[in-house]
Amino acid sequence: MTVLINIPDTAAPGEIVEIKILIQHPMETGFRTGLDGTLVPRDIIESLACLYLGEEVFRADLYPAITANPFLGFHLRADTTGDVEFIWTDNAGVTSREVRTLTVS
Amino acid sequence: MIRTFVFIGILLPGVAWSDDRRTGYDDMSPDLQALQEDPMNPGTFWVLDGERLWSEPAGSAAQSCDACHGPAETSMQGVAARYPSFDAPSSSAVDLPGRIALCQSRHQKIAAPKDRADPDSLALLAYVTHQSRGLPITPDADPRLAPARAVGAELFSSRMGQLNLSCAQCHDDNDGGYLAAARIPQAHPTGYPQYRLEWETLGTLDRRLTGCMTGVRADRFPPGSPEMVSLELFLKSRAAGMTVETLPIRP
Repeated sequence: MTVLINIPDTAAPGEIVEIKILIQHPMETGFRTGLDGTLVPRDIIESLACLYLGEEVFRADLYPAITANPFLGFHLRADTTGDVEFIWTDNAGVTSREVRTLTVS
Repeated sequence: MIRTFVFIGILLPGVAWSDDRRTGYDDMSPDLQALQEDPMNPGTFWVLDGERLWSEPAGSAAQSCDACHGPAETSMQGVAARYPSFDAPSSSAVDLPGRIALCQSRHQKIAAPKDRADPDSLALLAYVTHQSRGLPITPDADPRLAPARAVGAELFSSRMGQLNLSCAQCHDDNDGGYLAAARIPQAHPTGYPQYRLEWETLGTLDRRLTGCMTGVRADRFPPGSPEMVSLELFLKSRAAGMTVETLPIRP
């Protein structure tokens, strides 16, 4: 699974920055049948959270109707230099994690 | 005055098309156009995978694409804008996915190259096509392609299927109209492989043409078949001079 995260390298204190994340994921609904007529098992991301300086700043719950390769965008206020952490969990309970550093100066 | 007109008359055939040809991109909503222009376009995943595969040794020859061709940025520039091309050993026209598969079996010695709908095949195709970004479509001038191109032109205007419709009846005669909620495009293959929101994945021109043939309830030409390549040859000559789009998004 490839993940593309768009976050500015630097920001001024107090600046509102836009964060964009695109996750490679099939988001298989669990409602479709395969060529042999059996149900294709559900495989979706159920939740995604973003932590900035260890504090949760964004959370989204995802459902079967959300497209493959989900794209999420949100804003946060830059405070001090620190890690922006992305954590998402699929319906099998597997958790993935990506970290980017936001430099505030 | 007369001399000026003559001068323009001589110049015109060489001038780039200043016509009313439209691509699917022109008719998309501004939101989808923005998605296509965004560097975080979902098609990027395939290009990134293709870039990795390009330099990965494969087959019993343990050769990578890079070992023969060198960096794709130079060696593959303009290739997608030119294809389909003529393959001398099999004396037939081949499209770009077909060429990649031939290269894999002949040079990398892969016994059974993956199907063109396989994610790895699509990734390599997307990566190679990406090297022609923004270049004009310049159909291969090889005269050996002329018969296949003529077959393609014939197929484009031949009625087929239970609905007994030809490609031309929709895409030449009724372009800009609607089939249910879908706008009928002029069928210029400027952006393939493309990420279709309907498919939620990348797909080749074959897949798109198969969709149309299913729509008119016709027997579908198999992907990569001579008929498919002929149709692509004709469509590319019809779209000559238009810009290669990568990574295209379509609804």
